[in-house]
Amino acid sequence: MKVRIDPDICQGQGRCFSIAPGLFGFDELGNGVVIGDGTLQADTLALAQLAQANCPEHAIFIEE
Amino acid sequence: MTDNPVKDFATDWDHSDSQWVADPYPIWEDLRERCPVAHTERYGGGWFPATHAGVSKIAKDTDNFTSRTVVIGNGRPTELDLPAPIGLAPPITSDPPFHAIARRLILPAFAPGPINALEPMIRELCIKLLDGLDGQDVVNAGSSYARYIPPSVIRGMLGFPEEDIEQFLEFVHIILEGIDHPVEERLEEFAPVEAYFTKQIEEHMDNPRDDLTSYLLNAELDGQNLALEHVFGTMVLILVAGIDTTWSAIGSSIWHLANNPADLARLVNEPELMPVAVEEFLRFYAPVTMARLVKEDMEYLGCPMKQDDWILLGFPAANRDPDVFADADRFIIDRAENRHVAFGLGIHRCAGSNLARLELRIAIEEFIKRFPTFELADAESVTWAPGQIRGPRNLPIRILS
Repeated sequence: MKVRIDPDICQGQGRCFSIAPGLFGFDELGNGVVIGDGTLQADTLALAQLAQANCPEHAIFIEE
Repeated sequence: MTDNPVKDFATDWDHSDSQWVADPYPIWEDLRERCPVAHTERYGGGWFPATHAGVSKIAKDTDNFTSRTVVIGNGRPTELDLPAPIGLAPPITSDPPFHAIARRLILPAFAPGPINALEPMIRELCIKLLDGLDGQDVVNAGSSYARYIPPSVIRGMLGFPEEDIEQFLEFVHIILEGIDHPVEERLEEFAPVEAYFTKQIEEHMDNPRDDLTSYLLNAELDGQNLALEHVFGTMVLILVAGIDTTWSAIGSSIWHLANNPADLARLVNEPELMPVAVEEFLRFYAPVTMARLVKEDMEYLGCPMKQDDWILLGFPAANRDPDVFADADRFIIDRAENRHVAFGLGIHRCAGSNLARLELRIAIEEFIKRFPTFELADAESVTWAPGQIRGPRNLPIRILS
């Protein structure tokens, strides 16, 4: 499983990198970015899903 | 406040009606079930979507709605009244494509990096304000605490002299009180503000330093420094958008804790809950509603909208929509899934959201550290700000320990 942020949808609400700072960071404008290639392990999947469930813009995608 | 009370908010809503100001939540619940887009002939005509879906659709639709003005009044500035393409207070009053340019300029200054660096300064400020309240049985958490935090932070960020704080607070008052005055009147009221800002801008031109004023003066568009009216407009935006908003959020949160001792005890005993609690404060007591204008006559969400009709974007109403939030009308201090829209949605997401969160978190942390138990001293005397920013202004709190 991999997590990605769609940069066209992200508006920098800032929820993902607060909830899961190990998975997400931010760019110079404050928009969310995935750290590394976004591959999720069993223990980080739940955290990514929590970030997804808190993104007001629905910009986070978790895919096979 | 209006002297013509509303009888039916579905057909005649008014966000300055005393019933709406005192407790808007039952009104919005009723509208969500009955409308869900309410109409009014007041202010020259307008619409209020009460659901999350309606608010979200309009907030993201910059083709059919303009942000030329975002505060409801009886008049409407035409495009010719405002400096084009900048608008009065870029980027909040800018539309695409200029919006993205103006927004890109200011976002780096409000990104998490530079904002998080302000934490020690904000904490010191809160501690100093609390020192001034020490020993009192009853403190006014609105007018003596929450009200001072955002202006002091923004004065510091702009790099205006600390000894000017009283004058600065007076300017904030002028700007916020006159927000729905007609454009010409507003320009007149602005004269002393403009004179002071111009002096500060000139002083920063002579002595550039590491603050927001120098940042804006150094910013470039197409290889040119910003027009001075753009710098001035953005400074005004920062004042208008960054002060009574956050002050309201801080006040509402303290009001909640004063009314809910179990939540207060949990926050005192489990300080690690603070980040999720802050999001729930923001959802439940979202202070800000923003306006749009309809660009052209059209049928939209089943409503016959006319050009220049107002849209009041009720982000706080969207945050109570049971279609999106489980137990939407319950404050759940450790709510794990909380997709609230307190900072808006789409391209106009509050640029200062990182700062607002930081101020709110520190203000509450320090308040409950100093006063671990407290209650409302006089519930009847609490007053709520009317208009588009909701929060308690008079907030007498009895300190119990």
